Amino acid sequence: MTRQIVIPGEVIFAGEDYLPGEGTEKRKNEIISLIYGLAEESGKLVKVIPLSGVYHPRRGNVVIGQVENVTFNGWVIDIDTAQTAFLPLMEVPRYVNKEGLEEVMDIGDMVVAKIFGMSKRGIDLTIKLRGLGKINEGIILKINSNKVPRVIGKEGSMINLIKENTNCNITVGQNGIIWIKGDKVEDELLAKKIILFIAEKSFISGLTDEIKKLIEKEK
Amino acid sequence: MTKEFQRSDGRKIDELRPITAKVGVVPNADGSAMFAFGDTIAIAAVYGPKKMHPQHEQDPVKGTLRCTYNMLSFSVSDRIKPGISRRSVEISKITEWALEPIIMIDKYPNMVIDVHINIIQANASTRCAGINAAAMALAHAGIPMRDLVSSVSIGKLDKQLVVDVSKHEEDWEEGEGATDIPITMTSKGEITHMQLDGKISIKQLKEAIEIARESTKKIYEIQKKALKEFAEEEKND
Amino acid sequence: MIETSKLTGERIKEYLSQGKRFDKRKLDEFRKISIETNISKNAEGSARVKIGKTEVLVGVKMDIGEPYPDSPNQGNLVVNAELLPLSSPRFENGPPKFPAIELGRLVDRAVRESKFIEFKKLCIKEREKVWTVFIDVYSINDDGNLFDAASIGAITALKNAKIPKYDEKEEKILRDEPSKEPLPLSKTIPISITIHKIGNNLVVDPTKEEEDLSETRVTIGGSDDTIFSMQKGDSSSLSIEEIGNILETAKKIWKDLYKTLDKFLK
Repeated sequence: MTRQIVIPGEVIFAGEDYLPGEGTEKRKNEIISLIYGLAEESGKLVKVIPLSGVYHPRRGNVVIGQVENVTFNGWVIDIDTAQTAFLPLMEVPRYVNKEGLEEVMDIGDMVVAKIFGMSKRGIDLTIKLRGLGKINEGIILKINSNKVPRVIGKEGSMINLIKENTNCNITVGQNGIIWIKGDKVEDELLAKKIILFIAEKSFISGLTDEIKKLIEKEK
Repeated sequence: MTKEFQRSDGRKIDELRPITAKVGVVPNADGSAMFAFGDTIAIAAVYGPKKMHPQHEQDPVKGTLRCTYNMLSFSVSDRIKPGISRRSVEISKITEWALEPIIMIDKYPNMVIDVHINIIQANASTRCAGINAAAMALAHAGIPMRDLVSSVSIGKLDKQLVVDVSKHEEDWEEGEGATDIPITMTSKGEITHMQLDGKISIKQLKEAIEIARESTKKIYEIQKKALKEFAEEEKND
Repeated sequence: MIETSKLTGERIKEYLSQGKRFDKRKLDEFRKISIETNISKNAEGSARVKIGKTEVLVGVKMDIGEPYPDSPNQGNLVVNAELLPLSSPRFENGPPKFPAIELGRLVDRAVRESKFIEFKKLCIKEREKVWTVFIDVYSINDDGNLFDAASIGAITALKNAKIPKYDEKEEKILRDEPSKEPLPLSKTIPISITIHKIGNNLVVDPTKEEEDLSETRVTIGGSDDTIFSMQKGDSSSLSIEEIGNILETAKKIWKDLYKTLDKFLK
């Protein structure tokens, strides 16, 4: 099936043996889209990839957020979800004095963290692993979280291509927030430009070639 | 119904004014669209789902849909003093009721989806244009919905039913005067909003609803086309 | 995350001190400006102004009213601005807060002080009847610099406005009849521009990201060598030298802007 754009309420397939995947529901014998997105079918399973929409947090996701508040036992982090995300004192890799929380991270600071738990209370974050922690310099970029898989690419192929060609360190949060750090601001801006390009044209075919062309043009 | 009924702008009795529909007109918004029936132009922008403030208004079971409708002061012939009027408060609520049945709001407890509608230029049917723009904007924002809704105003001018009432027709004075019936339906024909001002027999009202069904089908196709074209444009930019 | 992060802010400032901006513009360069007139037919005059992604709509309406007691033979001007919640996640519904009020007043000042509208020619009957000109500004998308987009919109809408026909005997404004009579306007076109101080740099036409870093700003209305209005906003201070630089920058920009706006202001 060629992928097609569908709108909410639209019938994608009619037939008994089709199964409703993500973004769809089955009514009588029809698979109906529930969102505005790209419909895909494989092995009779029909799903719709959203073109837009809010981030759905999942355990294990690496996200980037901003410190909203410092409490007596941790930091409240805004990761662009309705539920509050919290980084407890215990989830920081080194000892922190109860009086010294602000020195480690203060309101407005950006941090890379991992979601290790989700409950009715909220989202629990940790920065205990390598690659996580407070961000000290660079630029922050926001894209729609649905475009993150395309920015990363199959097994990281796309993000590695960008890193190599711009000499930048890039951390992509699953929530659509991206941190770019390079030696020169020009490099960071090039990486930003490429990522925004991917986010806008995420589902065209031959994206990798388009990116290579873009890189050549800019260099 | 006489076939010879003359409308002031030369339209047939079941003819809509030329419609313009476009998605993605406000870059800052999560979703946005513009919809016009002839000279009546509405733009809608959606922000959300996002945390609901103030906290005490949060609904722990399902999300909240909040709509605001307002006309720009220069959108009409006699300038409207800026600010909220009773009319805009009522239409804001009507718009919420017209949209809520299709939105899967239970997916977003404690969150709010804000829909803002502004009328840039008015020539009657402003609430219908607003609802049509809002439906597209909600889809553009990625909000899960069971269907789209399409809205149109059916008029009765003296004894004649017509589709998509213009301002001139709203002011019809001959015979029984003008009756205005704005209706909103899903693509499957479920009515999510209906109002009536004037005088009409039950028989004719049923006819008006049938006519609305045919018109909203046409509007739905235009909304669908606008959404699909927008996605295609993004591909080819 | 609505505010521009401190991190990106640091980078922007670093870059500015090298004379560069993220979108490759010079510090005193405007983004692409596009203007459409007559975007709302029920208005006496209207304009849509886009500067980069920032968009505003401005409409001019006219009505008959009584003159103010201290100007019995002059028309009136009322300017109103609204920051529509539609245009940014930062704007909420409700009565106008200070930013909207300031926007309205800045546009008012630029139009009024420049004497762009020849108010004496808007008098119908001294002490009794004059035309009131209403200018209404609405933000449609805020990506920084609503101030300048609004003033360009106001001038353009005024330039393209037509005074409605008035039946003196019946004392009725004939709004349905087309009119060709333009507003009585002076030949000098006042343009209002805002210059921001970020770090040690003077920046013109900031994007929203840049505007968040603005420490103080000066909005200047003028034309050529003449200044009609000026307002310094926000809380940082400026040295005398900086004010001097601001004025020189303003003069340069007016020249550039006139060229860009020329065709819309005929």
